[in-house]
Amino acid sequence: MKELFPAKQVWGFVFSLILTVVALLVYFFNMSKATGMTIFILTAFIQAAVQLVVFMHARETDDSKSIFMTLYGAIFLALITVFGTILCMIWGWSY
Amino acid sequence: MGFFSRFLIPNPSPVIYSSMVAIGVTVLLIIFGLTHFKKWFYLWSGWLTTVDHKRIGIMYLISALLMLFRGGVDAVMMRAQLAVPDNKLLDSQHYNEIFSTHGVVMILFMAMPYIMALMNFVVPLQIGARDVAFPRLNAISFWLFFMGAMLFNISFVIGGSPDAGWSSYFPLAGNEFSPHVGTNYYMIGIQIAGIGTLMTGINFLTTILKMRAPGMTLMKMPMFTWSALVTSIIIIFAFPVLTVALIMGTMDRLFATKFFTMTDGGMDMLWANLFWVWGHPEVYILILPAFGLFSEIIPTFSRRNLYGYRSMVASMVFISIYSFFVWTHHFFTMGQAAYVNSIFSITTMVIAIPTGIKIFNWLFTMWKGRIRFTVPMLYSIGFIPLFTIGGVTGVMLAMSAADYQYHNTMFLVAHFHNVIIPGVVFAVLGAGTYYWPKMFGFMLNERIGKWAFWFLTIGFCLAFFPMYITGLDGQARRIYTYSESSGFGPLNMISFIGAALMAISFVLIVYTIYYSIRHAPRDVVGDDPWDARSLEWATHNPVPEYNFAIIPQVNSRETFWDAKYKGHELFKGDYEKIHMPNNSGGPFIMSCIFFVFGFALVFSIWFLAIIGLIGIFVCMAHRSFEIDHGHYISVEEIKATEAKFGGVNKWK
Repeated sequence: MKELFPAKQVWGFVFSLILTVVALLVYFFNMSKATGMTIFILTAFIQAAVQLVVFMHARETDDSKSIFMTLYGAIFLALITVFGTILCMIWGWSY
Repeated sequence: MGFFSRFLIPNPSPVIYSSMVAIGVTVLLIIFGLTHFKKWFYLWSGWLTTVDHKRIGIMYLISALLMLFRGGVDAVMMRAQLAVPDNKLLDSQHYNEIFSTHGVVMILFMAMPYIMALMNFVVPLQIGARDVAFPRLNAISFWLFFMGAMLFNISFVIGGSPDAGWSSYFPLAGNEFSPHVGTNYYMIGIQIAGIGTLMTGINFLTTILKMRAPGMTLMKMPMFTWSALVTSIIIIFAFPVLTVALIMGTMDRLFATKFFTMTDGGMDMLWANLFWVWGHPEVYILILPAFGLFSEIIPTFSRRNLYGYRSMVASMVFISIYSFFVWTHHFFTMGQAAYVNSIFSITTMVIAIPTGIKIFNWLFTMWKGRIRFTVPMLYSIGFIPLFTIGGVTGVMLAMSAADYQYHNTMFLVAHFHNVIIPGVVFAVLGAGTYYWPKMFGFMLNERIGKWAFWFLTIGFCLAFFPMYITGLDGQARRIYTYSESSGFGPLNMISFIGAALMAISFVLIVYTIYYSIRHAPRDVVGDDPWDARSLEWATHNPVPEYNFAIIPQVNSRETFWDAKYKGHELFKGDYEKIHMPNNSGGPFIMSCIFFVFGFALVFSIWFLAIIGLIGIFVCMAHRSFEIDHGHYISVEEIKATEAKFGGVNKWK
């Protein structure tokens, strides 16, 4: 019976609901923009990781190595794009 | 009338009216021809529903040639307008529309599908596969591209063309300055085609990683396959940015959001930023497969193996990563601080290093080789010096301080044509000739092909080298006329003559195809007319449906060459039944619905857009529940086909 019960998925589901509730708190409680954004970013990234590992089975197949390599590549390029954009449009903006 | 008046052209001219008539007549002729010769069923079952990578490749090729014609006509009209000072041939609005559509058509609907044509046709053959990893997805890719391109192309007869440049910068592209529907066409047409391209990237990445013939390790892949692999990776990482930027732009135009507005917290230059985050990798999506094609052609016609295989691969991987670090060099003059510009100046100049390595590798490949001056080789040899000039002017443009002088001048126009024409266009024309016997089973006429090459090369030099000079003298791009006192007249006249020579070259290319269809012998010598080196030449011309009757065994880099001259055994074992995918009308029907959906969005016809969207989801749901296990080709059938072609080892 234990093998039939998808414990990992159920806990993953509960955990993702908790993360959603935490993110939602930003709306209901009066907090500074910096705190709110930190909570958003943290919960969003943990949420994405939970989805990938628990529900999209990223660790379960033989090619998990290539899946994670692609993923890290994507994260790297996304960071370059985001911070490069901020560099051009905000930090380095002189007019 | 109120409903239909939206379809009228805002700035009609006799040229547009005559194009409308020409399009109408052509459509009627095609319908009449298909009916008269009873080809509707053939068209549907052979082409519209096909999932065969070879046929999809050929359809890409035909679309690319059509779009080359359309973009070329735009180009000649532009050069004719600028040939003499104060010319009245086109008004400013018409000129704006022409240079905008010329850019989009040439980059996205000519160069991209041409590259896709060769990738589709050649890559599965080069790796010894029977098809791509997801054949149905491949058909969807093609039809989405085709419908996106068609949606974009009808803009000039229904509703008006986009006129904000191929980069469509906001705020100019916003509703305030571009009130008519042209820019909607831009946003939605490119969006639909872009989704198709993204799927192609995923498809080819999977194909190349998972479906190589036994023994073909990554470092034994032919160079074109390597370039297709690297290109697919760039597509996967770059195209989502375009998708998002286009959605934001569409929302700004259709639903009055404020992403790229100048007021209410919008950021107009963010469009330019996002556009080039995609746009610069896009340049490499075009040029890397071109490099791959040259790396196939040059060793074949020098009778030597490719010099510096590892450094070729390394420089391509390096370029693919670095292509994401340079995009700000497209807007050095936007207003960011000097240190930001310096960072992107340096990253841009660094890209010249791996490219230089590749140039030297090609030169060393030819060194002491026995060179045959065929049409593909002429294009490759012409490419090296001309592309190098383009690359050097690129390094000039990369110097951000000096860029304040060049920015938005004809110097820039000369630079990017100087890399794209000798780089991409020469590659696809050369490779088109090279792979023509593989695609169609007969050779293109060499004599006419050489004439076309010389017309194109001389025309290119005449058309674009004068622009370097007028650009440095301050002639701005995208301006429809100039005064006589500016002194730009004579050089622009030379440019016009060059453009005319290039147009003649296009006519000659079409004539070569026509002449060769009529006169070329159909029996290509031993399936291997060029004495080539890689696996795609080990099968028959034209290629049978299943590509290889027996999956080849690979044990070296130049598999086919070693099989021919060093006695390696390619095809071991007996025939077995072959599993192939079934044809499907799904991709075509879904893409047609995409077209209707896009058209409805362009004109804000909401009920039609909603119906279209529902239709798209119905197609997806249908596919999800469809049971389709493909079909088998029996051993008897393979034997019969192989007997007709002369057996698997006919080339021995």
